[in-house]
Amino acid sequence: MGVVRSLFTAVVLCVAPISLLANTESPELVVDILYIEQRIERPPVLSNLVTWPEDDGEQGAILGISDNNTTGRFLGQKYTLQTLIFDIDEPSDKRDEQIYKALSAGSLLVVANLPAHDLINITSLPAASDDLFFNAQSSAVELRNEQCLSNVLHTIPSRIMHSDALIQYFTKKRWKNIFLIEGNGSGDQALAEAMRYSINKFNLKIVEDKQWIENADMRRNASNEVPVFTQARKYDAVVVTDETRDFAQYIPYNTWLPRPVTGSAGLMPVTWSPVIEQWGAAQLQSRFSKIAERPMTDRDYSNWAAVRAIGEAVTRTNTTHAPAIRDYLLSDEFELAGFKGTPLSFRSWNGQMRQPIQLVHSRAVVASAPIEGFLHPVTELDTLGYDKGDSQCQAFQ
Amino acid sequence: MNTLLLPMFKKKYALVGSTLLAMGLLFSTSHVSAHWAYISNEKDDTVSVIDTETNEVIKTIEVGERPRGVTLSHDYSRLFICASDSDTVQVMMINNDSIEFELPSGADPEQFALHPDNRHLYIANEDDAIATVVDIETRQVVSQIDVGVEPEGMAVSHNGKYAIVTSETSNMAHWIDTETHTIVANTLVDQRPRDAEFSLDDTELWVSSEIGGTVSIIDTDSKKIKQVISFKIPGISKDRIQPVGMELTSDGKTAFVALGPSNHIAVIDRTTMSVTDYILVGRRVWHMALTPEEDKLYTTNGVSGDVTLVDVKTRKAIKSIKVGRYPWGVAILPKDKIPQ
Repeated sequence: MGVVRSLFTAVVLCVAPISLLANTESPELVVDILYIEQRIERPPVLSNLVTWPEDDGEQGAILGISDNNTTGRFLGQKYTLQTLIFDIDEPSDKRDEQIYKALSAGSLLVVANLPAHDLINITSLPAASDDLFFNAQSSAVELRNEQCLSNVLHTIPSRIMHSDALIQYFTKKRWKNIFLIEGNGSGDQALAEAMRYSINKFNLKIVEDKQWIENADMRRNASNEVPVFTQARKYDAVVVTDETRDFAQYIPYNTWLPRPVTGSAGLMPVTWSPVIEQWGAAQLQSRFSKIAERPMTDRDYSNWAAVRAIGEAVTRTNTTHAPAIRDYLLSDEFELAGFKGTPLSFRSWNGQMRQPIQLVHSRAVVASAPIEGFLHPVTELDTLGYDKGDSQCQAFQ
Repeated sequence: MNTLLLPMFKKKYALVGSTLLAMGLLFSTSHVSAHWAYISNEKDDTVSVIDTETNEVIKTIEVGERPRGVTLSHDYSRLFICASDSDTVQVMMINNDSIEFELPSGADPEQFALHPDNRHLYIANEDDAIATVVDIETRQVVSQIDVGVEPEGMAVSHNGKYAIVTSETSNMAHWIDTETHTIVANTLVDQRPRDAEFSLDDTELWVSSEIGGTVSIIDTDSKKIKQVISFKIPGISKDRIQPVGMELTSDGKTAFVALGPSNHIAVIDRTTMSVTDYILVGRRVWHMALTPEEDKLYTTNGVSGDVTLVDVKTRKAIKSIKVGRYPWGVAILPKDKIPQ
């Protein structure tokens, strides 16, 4: 069932008596942002502790709107979020019809929470050509590369940005020999591919590359299964790719050799995490948990960053025209304070948001990538993910 | 502790010898030429007091939770302390180090500024996007003003006309008319504005932008930016140069800007508006205060947990003084106001 909601009422409450303000003589600028989400099925997992919030992502966009309006009330700007959320069982033809109708309404700013193939289908529609999309969900590498589209920017990092961040840390720690465990989901395979790419890029070595066994009873038997599975003569660390958290959490402390476990358990590269407190992040965390009543996730952060990027562009350019917003966001002028220690910006060659990737465990930040010492002639942030020279994206040229 | 003694000190100690040094310590209660620097220690819930002659910590006072901004009353009888996690502003008596009373500050007060009338305190409430005005005498909230996201820096002009609050996520300096307590103008600056300071003649407002990496100088009459200063330190990544606290000398010639995790402060020549020096201090330098003679500058260094003494004339860091964990704010009590 398609759900159309408007935050307009919430927005009105935030608008201060603008008439009192001296330098808001310009007429009010209304900025409508369309939020599209296709809810996705999460496969069953072994642990009862693994849960995903239903409003994952959406709450980040809502906070972004609230932040934009707190600023916008001094500038005569009003931000609204129109939401189009589709349940898992929504028939795709009915869904597409609704999306097509929404996109026909002129030049739009759209925050998209869609799987990669849906994102490509929708953003390639003729009605979408003058719109600007922000991909806040899919970390698929090909969307930033050979399948990139000029009307799509990406606020969520690619898998390779995460794997580069982790492997930079391996390089610093001199963990040279790696035991790679690949999960059985398609995301797990894609993440393992990214890990292999980064391990090769930073000249480390995979000593074992194994596919996870599907019939292992990890809840009861991890201490029997994992040591046997991880038997090898020598490795410095284990990398596990398990995006749905089906088995990764059972690997630490059970490995044959006493080695750190990383990737989808233990030391994890993240876009955002409740353990991030530095760089003023505690304030963002508390603002978020106040409205959402839960911790902020990667997807929440990417949605927040998309809406805030729009807010920043509108404030600096005083327009809501999607192509003008796109030009500004891709220019050197744009930067956004994103509570990660360095300003966020967009790569002009593929529309990916540059951002630090934090390496965390369940209770603390261990390191922030780019790791010190990984240098770059333009910005160290471009040591994470495909740099300009490596990119196969043509649409941005 | 990294102790660098002034050559002058060395000579003095050599001359007087250890006996007199011991006597000096015995009589350390008489402060003829020393001021006191009050340092808030964010993660220790204490205030350290440094004697500016010996440059040693002479006492440590327990205060509320997460003390950040500190400022002295204009008659120097009280120290105001933003106890952020206690959601209050504490008023400490200088003569006996006791908390006289607490002011209703609104939630999570971080920085504040005292109006020249010595009565109204303007407080930034970071979590609630408001600024609170408190009357110190009646101990009542006079007004609460809606501002941008994450209000942080606070300043009141020397003529008392404007209060400024910077909001970190809205990237603005809000101009509050202190008579009507309404916002009369907003100036957009670079990302994450932190500190605001008026020049002594109130013609300029200086605002530092932590993530933007710049300092904006705003003309008070037009409320428009007239100059933006950026920084470049050889061998230090641009991302680590994050301007926070500022101090302007009263002769109008010099400005000091703390550059956060670059561990340096910048010295700006205000006649040419150019950066003339970068001085290496402790790790993650937050805020600074000048002595009344403006010959010494004290910087709080959050990560290294110390205070650096900088000699203003030679532009040299002279000494590091270990204080509590995460020193944040600093205020200097002139020597003639020190309780006997």
